[in-house]
Amino acid sequence: MKNLLKLEDVTMQFGGVVAVNNLSLEVNEGEIVSLIGPNGAGKTTAFNVVTGVYEPTNGRVSFDGKAIVESYPHGKMNRLYAGENKGVYKKHIVKTPDKITKLGIARTFQNIRLFKSMTVLENVLVAMHMRRKSNLFTATFMLNYKEEKANKQKALDLLDKVGLLDVKDELATSLPYGKQRRLEIARALATEPTLLLLDEPAAGMNPQETAELTQFIYRIRDEFGLTIFMIEHHMDLVMDISDRIYVIDFGKMIASGVPAEIQNNELVIKAYLGVSEDE
Amino acid sequence: MKTKKFNYRIVDVALLIALFALVFLADQFLPTYDIKFKVLQKGAVFALVAVSMNLLNGFTGLFSLGQAGFMLLGAYTYAIFTIPNEARLSVYKYYTMTNSAGEEIGGLVQLVLPMGIAIVLAGLVAAVFAYFIGLPVLRLKSDYLAIASLGFAEILRAICQWKGLGTLTNGSNQLRMYPYFNSIMPYFLIAGLCIAIIALLIKSTYGRAFKAIRDDEVAAEAMGINLAKHKMISFVISSFFAGIGGALFAMYQNTIQAKPFTTTLTYEILLIVVIGGIGSLSGSVIASFLYIACSEWWLRFLDTEGVIPGLSRNGFRLVVFSAAIMVIVLFFRRGLMGDKEFSTERIVNGVKSIFSGKKKKTKEVE
Repeated sequence: MKNLLKLEDVTMQFGGVVAVNNLSLEVNEGEIVSLIGPNGAGKTTAFNVVTGVYEPTNGRVSFDGKAIVESYPHGKMNRLYAGENKGVYKKHIVKTPDKITKLGIARTFQNIRLFKSMTVLENVLVAMHMRRKSNLFTATFMLNYKEEKANKQKALDLLDKVGLLDVKDELATSLPYGKQRRLEIARALATEPTLLLLDEPAAGMNPQETAELTQFIYRIRDEFGLTIFMIEHHMDLVMDISDRIYVIDFGKMIASGVPAEIQNNELVIKAYLGVSEDE
Repeated sequence: MKTKKFNYRIVDVALLIALFALVFLADQFLPTYDIKFKVLQKGAVFALVAVSMNLLNGFTGLFSLGQAGFMLLGAYTYAIFTIPNEARLSVYKYYTMTNSAGEEIGGLVQLVLPMGIAIVLAGLVAAVFAYFIGLPVLRLKSDYLAIASLGFAEILRAICQWKGLGTLTNGSNQLRMYPYFNSIMPYFLIAGLCIAIIALLIKSTYGRAFKAIRDDEVAAEAMGINLAKHKMISFVISSFFAGIGGALFAMYQNTIQAKPFTTTLTYEILLIVVIGGIGSLSGSVIASFLYIACSEWWLRFLDTEGVIPGLSRNGFRLVVFSAAIMVIVLFFRRGLMGDKEFSTERIVNGVKSIFSGKKKKTKEVE
């Protein structure tokens, strides 16, 4: 199996707070990998490092064998740095989120971030803007009508696949919650990714919706040849769907392995249930 | 339902043609000193500038207040490059120079361009300045961007009045004797063409990207939209058309000076955008004509002493005007058009629902 995403010693420190501490993990092609942990463990921060929203304090993120983000403690952080492996990484590679999306990493957000003034169809079309061949002139004077037409058809096909075709002309924010989540995934798929990062896709869903989501995730993985890396709190979904699981607590990885191993891991149980006082 | 749908687009186009026909008639029958003549000219100019501001503030979500500065650049560029050489000596009488042949010439620029090219150049100069101003300023967000762009506009105005550049800008003296259109139609045609281009841009994939940035910057960037690049595109294009608007403004005024391009001018345009509806091009156009008609024409009678005993005097119309604007802003909180565009279909449906009397109520509650 080919290694698609690799995090090496990723540390993210905000002032004196180490949000992600020396996190190393791998996601292989075709896998569904979950990142779990209690609230505030640093899961979304890790996602934000991968997608270029934050520049890590130290460490490297590689995608498809190439380093896309790499940094070392510099400036003020050089003195403040509280993590490990200082001095291992020498290069400074920073890419803005749009560049990383262009490489083939798409994401959804924990709190839904749809374009609220746009229709469902327009939301998907926006994501296709990145792969456009037209320029400002041809786009303005409608010389790219072939591309526009093709994109629209592609967007409609995509909406059909995720089951949102019947609501294509509705305002994105007028959809029910579950459909908004789906639309966010559809929008991410429109950027033609190879790796899809899902940040709590089942948040706020009832058991039935969660079960539907499980099937949905399987289906899009097979249909679009995706690798999926997700953050999730619904344990039944995580245990059901994941090939492998990483568990972090206070920014540090405390366990990793297949679902069966994680379920019986003492550290994980402690992190989730807390440690009793007499211990 | 399989009933044949009436195509309201045809009505929209017909209305537009009728508008231009009216302008044509106005050109034939209105004397140039008539206030309506001036209102139509100024309305067209302000419509263009308001639409260009709406592209930035309403569609890209960049709250910039530099429009007066870019208008100033456009106005000065147009004036400087179209004053006939024989007139330059009298225009630049305080800043004469001697050329290589030892003759006295007025001002630095001795190049005279045709009007059309000068108008485009006016836009280009504003666009180039916008690019360099945008490099630092567009990193800022919301209020900070507004303050910084406002500052730049004021700096530009101060520089234009600076004696050191007198040979170029004529210092704080007027630029005059440049050619201008003494009819309404050219203003409508140029402004209409520019507004049509902006409308096309907004309809294109770039327009969708702008709206995405307005709605949610973080999500837009995650969808692969290069924020810096697209904000810059919007800023430069908006300034380009503000520059052209400036050139038209210079023509409308016949003489130009840096003095009127203060922040007040920007606020006037912002007011038009807000009254028309942030995110509605047709709203900006309608509001522009209403605003200009109201401030220059309809309320003019209030300035005559004795119309309202004890109250009306020179300047009183501005008091009434401000009150009227407050009322509009209070009752149309999202502007006349909201973020919708003008279409006869919507009006017809609106009228229908008033008569059926049901649907409209529920909508207003929302």
